[in-house]
Amino acid sequence: MKVVYLDNNATTAIAPEVFEAMTPYLTAQYANPSSQYSFAHSVREAVETSRESIATSLKIKSSELIFTGSGTESANLAIKGVAYAYRSRGNHIITSEIEHPCVLESCKALEKEGFEVTYLPVNKEGEISIEALKSAITDKTILISIMFANNEIGAIQPIKKIGDIAREHKILFHVDAVQSVGKMPVFPKELNVDLLGFAAHKFYGPKGIGGLYIRNGVRLEKYISGGHQERNRRPGTESAANVVGMAKALELCINTMVEEGEKERELRDYLETELTKRIPECFINAKNSNRIPGTSSITFKYVEGESILLSLDMYGICVSSGSACSAGDLAASHVILGIGVPIEEAQGTIRFGVGKYNTREDIDKVIEVMPKAIEKLRMMSPLYNVK
Amino acid sequence: MYSEKVIDHFQNPRNVGIIENPDGYGKIGNPSCGDIMEIYLRINGSHIIEDAKFRTFGCASAIATSSIATELIKGKDIHEALKVTNKVVIESLDGLPPKKVHCSIMAEEAIQAAILDYATKNSIKVNVETCHSHTCGGCCSK
Repeated sequence: MKVVYLDNNATTAIAPEVFEAMTPYLTAQYANPSSQYSFAHSVREAVETSRESIATSLKIKSSELIFTGSGTESANLAIKGVAYAYRSRGNHIITSEIEHPCVLESCKALEKEGFEVTYLPVNKEGEISIEALKSAITDKTILISIMFANNEIGAIQPIKKIGDIAREHKILFHVDAVQSVGKMPVFPKELNVDLLGFAAHKFYGPKGIGGLYIRNGVRLEKYISGGHQERNRRPGTESAANVVGMAKALELCINTMVEEGEKERELRDYLETELTKRIPECFINAKNSNRIPGTSSITFKYVEGESILLSLDMYGICVSSGSACSAGDLAASHVILGIGVPIEEAQGTIRFGVGKYNTREDIDKVIEVMPKAIEKLRMMSPLYNVK
Repeated sequence: MYSEKVIDHFQNPRNVGIIENPDGYGKIGNPSCGDIMEIYLRINGSHIIEDAKFRTFGCASAIATSSIATELIKGKDIHEALKVTNKVVIESLDGLPPKKVHCSIMAEEAIQAAILDYATKNSIKVNVETCHSHTCGGCCSK
């Protein structure tokens, strides 16, 4: 059975060009980039050329970019690293209710250590209120952490406005840009962002590597003990293959960003139009917000998400209910609840993530299969009035 | 993640639907937990369950446990049917992932609730030990 992969917010396929670029560093050029002999020089050079290339794409200096093991690690390092380094200045952090678990859990961990965290609510389009942000700021606020685009609903936050406020109050601003880098222009300096994290596997690069922009001058306390790699901020031998892969993947995305965005938006809109036309009592979450092009979150009333997901799985269609990170949980998504969907309806939410390898045929398959699958589940549901 | 049997009962659920004027009816769970299970019973004069139907809102394993539960109790006398515990449900499905065990507890409780409804209406004494306060295997108490 042909796999119809529509979960590109969870992860993406490695682009063939990326795989090709990585191969030498998984085979012949295996030296540790930190080693001193000539054999290692080309590996170090590949790491630094890649750093330069990614930095150029983000319009930052290469000295402001470090490599980590994942988007999650980037967020942990940014939030905890800043919190520990600036503890003497204050203990207050502001974030939003709909952040990825890597941000929310980092904040919760800090709360246990005496930090205070304000979780800003969002409106039904998934956006925080600038006024609420302003009034949450105290003289103890050291960090604001707000995601660029939400992983479940795709809503883009007013990052520039937040950055301006943070800068005005001399508060550091961290942005989890895992769902944005590679999909839209992201220039942290123009947005007054001080720290910004991303992950290669969300844009057709390898898994196991993240990046973190740290503006020059920002202090960060590392929390992994070890050597002095990555400007003494992230110990551990760099994976040259992953670094090269990330740089190649970003380069490819930047080159085709406009056309890809258009294509994904078109496919997503087609999917949303057809599904809402064919299936009664379903609605698109954060529909009127400024969304990243490939993301669609749809709530189907009277049915539960996992049963929808598995019904589609029978036809080789890959989607997610909530995010892959919360798929092990039984609770409804905090993001869908956060935008005000009632809990009993939130359970029936499916996230589609359209990516660059999707075709109109993929969407047609969903359009063909899904109305029947929903109808079958509704006929079983005591919440659905079948009479 | 799921056994073939769970997938089979999810894809081809047995005994879906309702029974008009049932002799026994039980409903467990609530939508905010993500599961609701309803069981309808037709019971004859000898207290034998002649027919059982279900409707479930929930995940694949909630649907599968309801389906197998109705199969397991059909043809049984009510006292025998009460021996269909969550363990029996799990075994009959060749196992459930740990996070889905609560679905089997719901199935057991739905059976008990439906039989208790019949027993109460007909002044029959039945031995039901589990309390029904954990209507969704404990997820509500979180």
